[in-house]
Amino acid sequence: MTSLIEGIWHILFYVCMSKMEIVYVYTKKRSEFGRQCNFSDRPAELHVDILPDISLAANFTVRDPCNVTVQCAEEMSEHEVNTERFESESRGINHVEGGWPKDLNPEDMEVTIRYRKKVEKDEHYQNTIMQIAGLMEHCCKQNNATDIYQEFFEEEDDEVVEESEEQPSAKTINVFRDPNEVKRTATSLCWHPDGNHKLAVAYSSLEFQRAPNDMSFDSYIWDIENPNKPEMTLKPVSPLVCLEYNPKDSHILVGGSYNGQIAYWDTRKGSQPAEMSTIEHSHRDPVYKVIWLQSKTGTDIFSASTDGQVLWWDIRKMSEPFERLVLDPSKKGNLDNALGAVSLEFETTMPTKFMVGTEQGLVVSCNRKAKTPAEKIVCTYSGHHGPIYALQRNPFFPKNFLTVADWTARIWSEDIKESSIMWTKYHMAHLLDGCWSPVRPSVFFTVKMDGTLDVWDILFKQNDPTLSLKVCDEALCSIRVQDNGRFLGCGSQLGTTTLLEVSAGLCTLQKNEKAMVSEMFERETKREKILEARHREMRLKERSRSEQSREDEGKEADGEESTEELVARAEREFFDIMEAEKKKEWNEERQREKEKGVCEEKDFQEEHETNGVSSFTRREISL
Amino acid sequence: MTAEVEETIKRIQSQKGVQGIIIVNAEGIPIKSTLDNSSTVQYAGNVHQLLMKARGMVRDIDPQNDLTFLRVRSKKNEIMIAPGKEMYAFLFRIQKPKQM
Repeated sequence: MTSLIEGIWHILFYVCMSKMEIVYVYTKKRSEFGRQCNFSDRPAELHVDILPDISLAANFTVRDPCNVTVQCAEEMSEHEVNTERFESESRGINHVEGGWPKDLNPEDMEVTIRYRKKVEKDEHYQNTIMQIAGLMEHCCKQNNATDIYQEFFEEEDDEVVEESEEQPSAKTINVFRDPNEVKRTATSLCWHPDGNHKLAVAYSSLEFQRAPNDMSFDSYIWDIENPNKPEMTLKPVSPLVCLEYNPKDSHILVGGSYNGQIAYWDTRKGSQPAEMSTIEHSHRDPVYKVIWLQSKTGTDIFSASTDGQVLWWDIRKMSEPFERLVLDPSKKGNLDNALGAVSLEFETTMPTKFMVGTEQGLVVSCNRKAKTPAEKIVCTYSGHHGPIYALQRNPFFPKNFLTVADWTARIWSEDIKESSIMWTKYHMAHLLDGCWSPVRPSVFFTVKMDGTLDVWDILFKQNDPTLSLKVCDEALCSIRVQDNGRFLGCGSQLGTTTLLEVSAGLCTLQKNEKAMVSEMFERETKREKILEARHREMRLKERSRSEQSREDEGKEADGEESTEELVARAEREFFDIMEAEKKKEWNEERQREKEKGVCEEKDFQEEHETNGVSSFTRREISL
Repeated sequence: MTAEVEETIKRIQSQKGVQGIIIVNAEGIPIKSTLDNSSTVQYAGNVHQLLMKARGMVRDIDPQNDLTFLRVRSKKNEIMIAPGKEMYAFLFRIQKPKQM
């Protein structure tokens, strides 16, 4: 019995379904384990039958059909990783003294000389030197024999370049972003006068009273090789609207600020302004342009602002301007009447003249050397509908100047005051700044409010820009070309300054270019002159006619009456002419008939007398 | 022997366009130089590394090969470096490229 019990091993099957435990017990004697299996066939036996229990359905709700996708693949997800910016600076190490042996004091001259002499006596040293020297001499002689860097085909090179007409293009080299959180407009750019490796950019917000409170006032000087960090910061009291390097001394910069003051910096002395003008004597509105003058001391500047004044300063004495001009077109010096100045123009080759572009769309040409303020304003040029954002003389033909305002850019000649000699079509966006190329007299650049830069080549195409590039999405507010004409910087509304390089074709002087451009300007000037003269004539005629009509009709000088009279006169004249013509024809007819009669009689006679040919001809003539 | 060495050096010095000669030994001590001390030391320090790199590169590409001469041409002048045997005594002189 006990052995049986011990021998019985229970093997239990556990099947758990929902909460029911179904157990099936299968027993086998231990002695029978491992024994060969004897299989026998028997019909299927139903052990358990679990019928569905409908009542349980109450515990379940039907699930909303939902689409489930299954994919037999590895699950992957996308992640982005960007390392934190690692700021690195380049520094150099100066190796000062060689690897002297420990016991030698390098300062001691004698000891070092002795050491050197010792080395020189070494045989190994001498052999090595002899070897090396031979090699060295060989190379030296090689160098002296032929110059491997000689320029061959130099003259031919030029011709080849001209033949291949490359498409004008420009590409972005670098983008300098305003490092501050609150973005300000890059309102003015200025290239460093020597070497052109630096760009000074003035940042401010020109929207009236919309400058956010935490806007920084700083302006930066960027090194064009390093767009990550400005090379130097300038910290004015109020944001700078314009900034200019002194062309004679590249360490001095002068800036005109939003509150009307002028400040100047010396880059060797730091970020704070070296001196500022006093508020009482400065402008009352933002200073839109500052230009350095040519003077013996190289310290004179003049500034213009929308308060209607142009002030001359000496930077050594910023407490007061040494000269003042009020842009009053009536020449009375009345500040209330004055035009607001938005741009200035000064050419060092013509130091007595300067021009001011105003908010009202007039360009005022002034003479510095005039005795009275009334004489200072020489003449005005009108033609634009809005403030003149840019004003510049052509560097090759100073008599012609470019103005950029409202939706057009116009080229003027100094002699023609009524209208510009050449103009672009009206664009879809406002033009905000422009400048001539310093190397090619026919090329100029303009920037628009929709962020496009246009390059115009008036010898190539006058109706459209030669090249139109979309630089950024926001408005481009300023542009400046470097002196070599190859690089240009443009500043946008969000403070991004883009440095572009133009293709070689746009910055190399083509042959005959100067002659052709001067011809073009002369031709247009002549045309305008003729038009001007014609206009003047017509105006005179009108005037004289209106005076005449006034005389004829006494006091009645109605517009209507004179036109009626004109019409009546015209009719009369017409009918008179018609009558005259008719009469003439009638007379002619009668004449002809008379002649015919005479001829016929003659023919009759002659036919009988002579040959038919002569009479035939005579008849022909009469007909 | 020293007289010959001196003479050779003088001969190289007198070649057209040569601005200076420096002889440096393995420890970086300039033995002979025609330039002032600070420039000499500057050149010696910089050239040594370049020489090592160049030699390493040549031998890397072909282990049987070895560097015999190194010329560094720049905008303003040319530096010619001749490495010696294990002594690394290199002579280098600064020569102005002709067209400059």
